[in-house]
Amino acid sequence: MSVPDARLPRVNAFRDSRHAAAPPAEQPAPSPGLRRSLTALRGAGVRPRSLDARALAALAANPGCRRRALLDGAGIDKGALAQALGSPATYGQSQFAFVRGNSFEARVKADGGADLLRLLHERLRPGTPPPEPAAVATPDLSAAGPEGRAARTALALREATAAGGWALLDHPMLAVEVAGSPAYVEPDAVVVHPDGGWTVVEIKSFPMIDGVADAAKVGAAARQAAVYVLALETVAGHVAARTGREVRVRDRVLLVCPKDFSNLPTAAPVDVRKQLATTRRQLARLTRVEEIAAALPPGTTFDLRLTDDGRATRPPEELTAAVEAVGAAYAPECLAACELAFHCRKRAREDGAVEALGRGVRGELGGLHTIEEVLAAATGADVPAADTPTTDTAAPDDPAVHALRRAAALRAEALAAAADRSQEAECR
Amino acid sequence: MSLIETLARMEAVATGRAAPLATVRHRHLSEQPLVFVPLTTAGEAGAPLGALVGTDREKPALLAVPQPRNRDLRFAFLAELAESLLPYVDGFADVVEWEERKETDPETGKKVPVQVELCADAPQLIVPSAAGIDFVRLLGRSMRFRRTAEQEPEAPYPAPPHVPLLGRWFTHFGERARVPGASLLLSMTGLLTRHWATGQSLLEDQHLGALLAWIDPPARHPTSTPRRQRSAPALQGVSGRAAAERAESARDADGRLLCPPAGPATDPAFDNRLLAPAMARFDAGVPGAEDEIHGLIESQLRPTWDAVWHGIDLLRGLPPGARVADRWKRDRWSYTAHRDRVRAGEPPQPRRDDAVTAAQKLASRETAQAQLDAQEALDDPLVMAGRRLAGEALEGTVTAVEMAFSEGRRPMPRPLVTLRTADRTPLPERAKLYRALPDGKTQTAEFVAYAAEEPGALVVRLTGGMGRGRTPEPGSVPEPDDAVCWTLFEHAPRGGPELPDPEDTPWTHGGPPGATGAPEDTPDTATAEDFL
Repeated sequence: MSVPDARLPRVNAFRDSRHAAAPPAEQPAPSPGLRRSLTALRGAGVRPRSLDARALAALAANPGCRRRALLDGAGIDKGALAQALGSPATYGQSQFAFVRGNSFEARVKADGGADLLRLLHERLRPGTPPPEPAAVATPDLSAAGPEGRAARTALALREATAAGGWALLDHPMLAVEVAGSPAYVEPDAVVVHPDGGWTVVEIKSFPMIDGVADAAKVGAAARQAAVYVLALETVAGHVAARTGREVRVRDRVLLVCPKDFSNLPTAAPVDVRKQLATTRRQLARLTRVEEIAAALPPGTTFDLRLTDDGRATRPPEELTAAVEAVGAAYAPECLAACELAFHCRKRAREDGAVEALGRGVRGELGGLHTIEEVLAAATGADVPAADTPTTDTAAPDDPAVHALRRAAALRAEALAAAADRSQEAECR
Repeated sequence: MSLIETLARMEAVATGRAAPLATVRHRHLSEQPLVFVPLTTAGEAGAPLGALVGTDREKPALLAVPQPRNRDLRFAFLAELAESLLPYVDGFADVVEWEERKETDPETGKKVPVQVELCADAPQLIVPSAAGIDFVRLLGRSMRFRRTAEQEPEAPYPAPPHVPLLGRWFTHFGERARVPGASLLLSMTGLLTRHWATGQSLLEDQHLGALLAWIDPPARHPTSTPRRQRSAPALQGVSGRAAAERAESARDADGRLLCPPAGPATDPAFDNRLLAPAMARFDAGVPGAEDEIHGLIESQLRPTWDAVWHGIDLLRGLPPGARVADRWKRDRWSYTAHRDRVRAGEPPQPRRDDAVTAAQKLASRETAQAQLDAQEALDDPLVMAGRRLAGEALEGTVTAVEMAFSEGRRPMPRPLVTLRTADRTPLPERAKLYRALPDGKTQTAEFVAYAAEEPGALVVRLTGGMGRGRTPEPGSVPEPDDAVCWTLFEHAPRGGPELPDPEDTPWTHGGPPGATGAPEDTPDTATAEDFL
């Protein structure tokens, strides 16, 4: 594969409601009523956006956010929504990183994936006969629409597993159920082993220097790979039932990265059992989109009423009201993972929510939810427990309030002492 | 985040200005620091894009790579970087003072005092952000194993002279930056967040422009666009917040961020809209394209350069902590030791530390962390307030002193001191307490009992710091009405027992170094094709 026709990773907009009319039996399908209500949320004629694995991993990292679950579940373009709300997201991808990522993936998969299979064999199957490059099946997975491609992938996996040889599936399409509606994810590659095992391959363009890669980036890649493993497990169940062979989706994925400062590939197995368990639990916890949609006031829609040249004509006040109709769980971590984060941050700051300062802040503050309340409690201006009469000498019952007052007193004392000292120094 | 810091952040939200987290400066700031603002090419590990370097805020040296995918241009950049940095780093090597140190004599095995050189001062590098420190490490790794034509005349693609040497120094700086409290290589965001709490989260504090906007908001926005603020009435003055939000996302007419990211990553919109077309023109050989790229890169670097100096000014406004010079001396030892290794012609630092070195580094960093925590608290009443809140120190007023003596053949003074305190520090029986004496020494004591008749009063027995005589040295025993501060933590923690020498380390723990230890300093393979 040459650079220009390397398939772009994480290409969006696969989910097309026209194809959803006849989903294959293996795919999770939304109920017709839900599909109608989600279409109404998006606005008539607006195509839904696809959830990619990165978005899924981010969603699973903040499962308490109903706003994100609904908007992602309905396939709403959050970037455009944030723009129309007046708080656009600031992140994007540099084309240098994009080109580099694509050229690296193309290099790894060149020659029918010979390099890739060599690395996979070295890292995961030492001691077994290496795959013959000519004997590796590389089935064609092209089909119309994501449902078609997912069905084609399932078929190819079944055939390859039944054949009992090596097979490399380049950019297969997999379905995974998120909050009651299907999402399609696309791993970089899946390898079928002769013994019926399947391995997810994740190709990333951050470097592995002296065998060590950035821990945060490896963690993100592992969470993403866990989503693929999860999606493969559904297919594996069906294939095992049809072929009668034992199918095992391996929980060690292969992470392929550039070696040191070059563009040559190296690889390491990554155990994703922990990420898999986390993702599974978080996805199960995600409040069902259906329930969130049902709780919305009637007539709520996130339709931007785009003109032909892509401008939003919906008044921002109406959009704000629609967005506010569903609760968010903002934390500063959202800024790196969600297009709507600047809007949520603005609201959190206006409300004086303590979470705007960090997720861990709440822990020590007991029942105090706003910065105003905390400061009032710290200075002793207004004790929240109004029903219990407190005197000046008796400490309030709430240990959090007590600790806050103590902290405020100690802080004021130290600052006053320092001010005195600096005044003394000036006098001298 | 401790409760006191949370409270400071909330104060900052309420006032619209950053609140102090320290009353003194806890890091050494050189008279003449070298500021290094690097940029890298997105998605590439070893392809720097440009940098501003220098010790003069008015005259930074601009280094830029017009096409980072060209190996010769990258090498030219690194050579220029070495030329502008190494004279500064070497400039401190020859001014030395003499220190006495105990060393084991190899013949007699006794500890004998020897005179050793200690550089009188050391270089200090300041980068904008924590990512900048990582980038210095990365550059160090990419350069130190290179071979120059002088070292290996036969090898293809030799590196320009001095580049491997700069790599070794960068590696040393990067490694030293991992020692808590060390100041050879500092990040401006790290320095500022140590001394001020802003009204935003720690995550958002990583943006240097937004951080400075909270600490020292500009008097008025140059462009007077009225901002719609729906602020709650109790929160007065949103200037810090408004300035920080503007620093994060405001763009000029060209779509450039007014306050570009402090690097080394660039703004993706800048890459896509301005830099990539300019590079395409450079590749096509359009005249003037190289100057255009230089101008573009400078436009992204200059605001950060100015911000770093702005931060240095703010930090210079704080008086240095009393024990900062003590920590800087350790940095000077570190610099001197690396100078000696380079002069002795030792090979570059290995790719990965062996087990013994790694254990030693970890132990020394743990000790440094404990020392830093103790010293910061002793230097700064605001830090001590946090330790008092955490129940690790107590401050009180002496109400009575009763003379007492230890039992034994030579009775020593062991006065009993009663103090009244508002701190509710939980003290176990016979807890060891420490107090800093005015002359810098530490006095030890042990907790005896809470006074029965008075809540908040307790008795401690002094156990040291009073000299060797039968009568305590003057000033070493507090008197009634003195304010005293006792800590439960040691003032000069020493760390665990010394680790054995590598030769005596059992093989289970990575030693002794066997014959199998292949030299780790083999250069990275150079390929004919430039695989980047």
